[in-house]
Amino acid sequence: MSTFSAMKTPLKHVRGLGSSHSGTEHFWRQRLTALANIPLTIGFLCVVYATLGKDAEGARAILARPFDAFIIALFVISGVIHMKIGMQVIIEDYIHGEGSKIIALALNTLFSIAAGAACVFAVLKLTFGAL
Amino acid sequence: MLHCGRGRISLEHRSSGSVSSAFLPHRKYFVMADVKSRPLSPHLSIYKPTITMTMSIVHRITGIGLYAGTVLLAIWLIAAASGAQAFAMVQGFIASPLGRIILLGYTWAIIHHALGGIRHFIWDTGAGLGPERMMLARLTLIGSLVITVGLWLFGYAVR
Repeated sequence: MSTFSAMKTPLKHVRGLGSSHSGTEHFWRQRLTALANIPLTIGFLCVVYATLGKDAEGARAILARPFDAFIIALFVISGVIHMKIGMQVIIEDYIHGEGSKIIALALNTLFSIAAGAACVFAVLKLTFGAL
Repeated sequence: MLHCGRGRISLEHRSSGSVSSAFLPHRKYFVMADVKSRPLSPHLSIYKPTITMTMSIVHRITGIGLYAGTVLLAIWLIAAASGAQAFAMVQGFIASPLGRIILLGYTWAIIHHALGGIRHFIWDTGAGLGPERMMLARLTLIGSLVITVGLWLFGYAVR
């Protein structure tokens, strides 16, 4: 995270970064997304409730409303960042082989990006007038 | 008798019947049988399950469940973006008994994980780590069940 500077001693460059070389970045981001997920989950539930009892056309129209689409997109983005970090912790806890661990970490990142991108793309397509 | 010297294997000691310690200072031998049987670092199989331990494990399991559930969320949204026909098909599956069971499980998982997360926020402040942690763990479980049932009753009411 910290950029190289001749003004910093080598100790200052690594202090606080620990064995992960990224410091408390994941710890903090996991809590930040957890905090965001609470109101966003409530918002997502409100969107889902709005679609109940509607036919397919009616439910699609609700998902396409700008604010509803915005809430879903934020819910998905915050959610996939949170789940990617969470799964990384699980992988690091249980998979000890260096090769299989790297493969699992890569698949975790790729899956999280793919799932998040698919959801956001679908919501954008809806709200930008695919009806 | 096989004496291998200091810090090595002694078969002689194994037959003497004393297995209280793997390393015997007066003998200065390691006994392989004792080295194998001595306790390693405590793990899940050692502890009697407690509510706090179980809620911690369930927090991780619900997290994994929600991870997999992202696929269902993506399918739901992509179907909605694809058109009314595709969306009606997915909505039809969700309304089926199997679909409702999956959605019920997803609802409980997200609520339990959210309450577990709030518990972690309480711990992050340094509070809730005393005996009250038992109460917090019970609240996480009972709260998740009550809220899930409440959300579904509300869903059937507004439908």
